Amino acid sequence: MTKAFFDHISTTPLDPRVFEAMRPYFLDRYGNPSSHIHDQGQGALRAVDQARAEVAALIGAKAGEIVFTSGATESNNLAVLGAAEGAGAGKRHVVVSEVEHFSVMNALIPLRNAGYEVTVLPVDRNGVVDPDAVRKALRADTALLSVMHANSEIGTIEPVGPIGRIAKEAGVTFHVDATASAGHIPVDVREIPADLVTLSAHNFYGPKGAGALYLREGTKVAPRTFGGFQEMGYRAGTENVPAVVGMGAAAILAGREIGAWTEHLSRLGKTLWDGLAAIPMLHYTGHPSERLPGHVSFWVEHVEGESLLLFLNMKGVMAASGSACSSNLRGHDEEDLVASPVLRAIGVPSDICTGSITFSLGKGNTADEVRLALDALPGIVERLRAMSPTYLDYQKQQIKGG
Amino acid sequence: MAAGPYSEKVMDHFMNPRNVGEIESADGVGEVGNPACGDMMRLYLKIDDGKVVDAKFRTFGCGAAIASSSMLTEMVKGKTLEEARAISNQHVADALDGLPAVKIHCSVMAEQAVKSALDDYAKKHAG
Repeated sequence: MTKAFFDHISTTPLDPRVFEAMRPYFLDRYGNPSSHIHDQGQGALRAVDQARAEVAALIGAKAGEIVFTSGATESNNLAVLGAAEGAGAGKRHVVVSEVEHFSVMNALIPLRNAGYEVTVLPVDRNGVVDPDAVRKALRADTALLSVMHANSEIGTIEPVGPIGRIAKEAGVTFHVDATASAGHIPVDVREIPADLVTLSAHNFYGPKGAGALYLREGTKVAPRTFGGFQEMGYRAGTENVPAVVGMGAAAILAGREIGAWTEHLSRLGKTLWDGLAAIPMLHYTGHPSERLPGHVSFWVEHVEGESLLLFLNMKGVMAASGSACSSNLRGHDEEDLVASPVLRAIGVPSDICTGSITFSLGKGNTADEVRLALDALPGIVERLRAMSPTYLDYQKQQIKGG
Repeated sequence: MAAGPYSEKVMDHFMNPRNVGEIESADGVGEVGNPACGDMMRLYLKIDDGKVVDAKFRTFGCGAAIASSSMLTEMVKGKTLEEARAISNQHVADALDGLPAVKIHCSVMAEQAVKSALDDYAKKHAG
């Protein structure tokens, strides 16, 4: 059976070329970059420094501005907590958008507990943060502003350029979570006036367990891990050398091939987007044009998201739900089932939040795979509607209403 | 086949739900849940001579909600009113070879649906 993976926003497959670059660092080249008096350690140190330059090149940064981490969550935690503390005692105010990832949102909990004031910026129906709202929210005591580059659930690209200029004028440290965007659209710190940028390797065909935080020269960030002097003191602990090497290799590929990837994703994404229009009572989410290429998100009236995804999976089509309701099956109790905060933020009615579907395409997807999804969807929607009491009531109402 | 987080039984009842539909002249109808909570179940019972002789359902919900509904209709058929009222969420979950912890409420919904349908029957036949 043909299988089609349309959940690249959760992770991308490792590019085989990246794997080949990593391979020697699992076996032959096992040195610790911090113990580099000998050849093994020297080799590891050089590999990590080379990867640092490669990741820096992807976003137009200097090598010395890249700190390797275990991934986007750690980078976001370091950015939020580290910049809040680094801003100094007088600055006890943090501003974030309401559609930030959990690794930003939940990092605010210890800050609130420590007495920080948090302003959460609303988004419009397309999930866009209003730069004017940012301007109004920033204060003399604001330590940090955090706005993501692109939203994983609804694909919307935020106006981080204008927002960054406002932050710069106000002298506020600006963090951009580029987890969903890096490798999919250009992320260049010479154009986006960000002080901190989060990157995740496995979101652009690199390995899991590798991420980076870009720190613009002069940005004050306090460390969150304590130990040795790795990563310029920002992140103690022996580097995950194979993963870091993989992140560097993935950054080279992304830098070189992003143009072709974007074109491919845009084309397939448009086919999917246009094809979905044939399904009655389907509503797209996120910004119609300012969105990630190959990212298509929507909800369908009278169809519950998880059921749709389970049926799609049986047909070989792997997509995801924006809703924690459907995706967080491994939660401890029902308290873990909550409607997606992002969908609530853009005003999707709560009875619909469980129906949200996200297709995120990758460079390996084909037109045939998109066709497979488009062929499978109408029948599944019909089947689930036929089972739904809400659809039955809707039909009866339609008949009554003539 | 087992797929994802659910047991084979859940997937079987989800993919091939038993007794989907409506009973036109149902003796008891129970409706529980709310689409706002992610799931809603409507259960129709045909009752004759103190026994449930037919059951059908319509459910808006996740895989576990549909499977719980389907399993419930199978369990409730042929039962006396008293036996039907004694069906608990645990019975439904056990019959499905278990549900993930976050989905226990789906089996609770099935238990509540049958009680609600029996209450409806009792109300209609009170006089």
